[in-house]
Amino acid sequence: MLLTIVTESLLEARLIQTLKSEGARGYTITDARGEGSRGVRSGDWGEESNIRVEVVCQADMAEHLERCLQEKFYKDYAMIMYSQPVNVLRPEKF
Amino acid sequence: MSFDPILLFFVLGLTSGLIRSPLRLPNQVYELVSIILLLAIGLKGGVELAAGPFLPLLPQILVVAAMGFVLPLLAFPALIYLGRLPRVDAASIAAHYGSVSVGTYAVASAFLLNLGVEYEAHMPLLLVILEVPAIIVGVWLAKGAAARAQWKTLAHEIFSGKGIVLLLGGLLIGWAAGSEGLEAIEPLFFDAFKGVLALFLLEMGIITASKLSDLRRYGIFLIGFAVLMPLLSAVIGGLLGLALSLSVGGTAMLATLAASASYIAVPAAMRISVPEANPSLSLTASLGLSFPFNVLIGIPLYLEWAKWLHG
Repeated sequence: MLLTIVTESLLEARLIQTLKSEGARGYTITDARGEGSRGVRSGDWGEESNIRVEVVCQADMAEHLERCLQEKFYKDYAMIMYSQPVNVLRPEKF
Repeated sequence: MSFDPILLFFVLGLTSGLIRSPLRLPNQVYELVSIILLLAIGLKGGVELAAGPFLPLLPQILVVAAMGFVLPLLAFPALIYLGRLPRVDAASIAAHYGSVSVGTYAVASAFLLNLGVEYEAHMPLLLVILEVPAIIVGVWLAKGAAARAQWKTLAHEIFSGKGIVLLLGGLLIGWAAGSEGLEAIEPLFFDAFKGVLALFLLEMGIITASKLSDLRRYGIFLIGFAVLMPLLSAVIGGLLGLALSLSVGGTAMLATLAASASYIAVPAAMRISVPEANPSLSLTASLGLSFPFNVLIGIPLYLEWAKWLHG
């Protein structure tokens, strides 16, 4: 599965820490901008920028990560998550 | 009277934001510009610290730190009782107004330089000192003394923040190198200071314009608070400056420091430590109103206040 998380860039350090301690083997981060229920995240400066974090992992791990992140961050932070099946070249890596 | 060009850059940014021009400073450029400003302010203070003994400054440091604790405590009841804001929001806004804005400081220093008004050279040290207490008070107000706040994470967030690292780093480098040692890097940090500040203010104008539209949403109380709180703080800062027998310029600087509201260090710290608070409320007040108010109207006013205090 490809798990994609879009959230506040302020959370980056804590998010990565959570992902790793919960068993994700890797991740990719890109800067992002957009607008949602918590207003425009224009990405103009640190406090208002977003990141998009992508994690490729097994389906059960994706579900586990989703639950952890939801519990930890959904209430107070701007965050969305979605997952989709993907084909990967070396499945043993993930 | 001719206008200070750096303020006109701010007005240009504000205008271009209001007419929805796509003009922006690229994110990385804005980062670089603010890094240069923070380092320049630190270096300048460090050079002067090296020139004199440190011990006589201690009482000033303590008094200024105390002011950092008291200002948010004054703002908090007003926000709770007059503004009827939720406790966490009131605490977060109070922390913003107790802390300082380096941008406002930079504008004030350029303003005083322009008029040839001298001020105590160790002001950057007081700037660093003032960043911290309000954050602690804010978290304490939000969580209550009994609740378990994550003080360790908070301390890391505060002291590893860009502002503190660069200001303190600059102070130490300036202190260690002395004015002769810094000659080689003067063109970037000192000679180009006003040009860099102009670019910074251009972007700040654009950001401020984007906050202005939010202001209407939060109503008259927040607008009043964002103008009156800086004035009250400036009165206190000015009186303290007089009590500490600072020069006219130093008194105006301390009044400006008291009046300014943070928009970088505090939002980040509050977002981590008091995530329930609405970040756009405090940012709208401090960036959308208090910053432009201080920069365009406040600073000259605080200088007049300092002059009046000194008779």
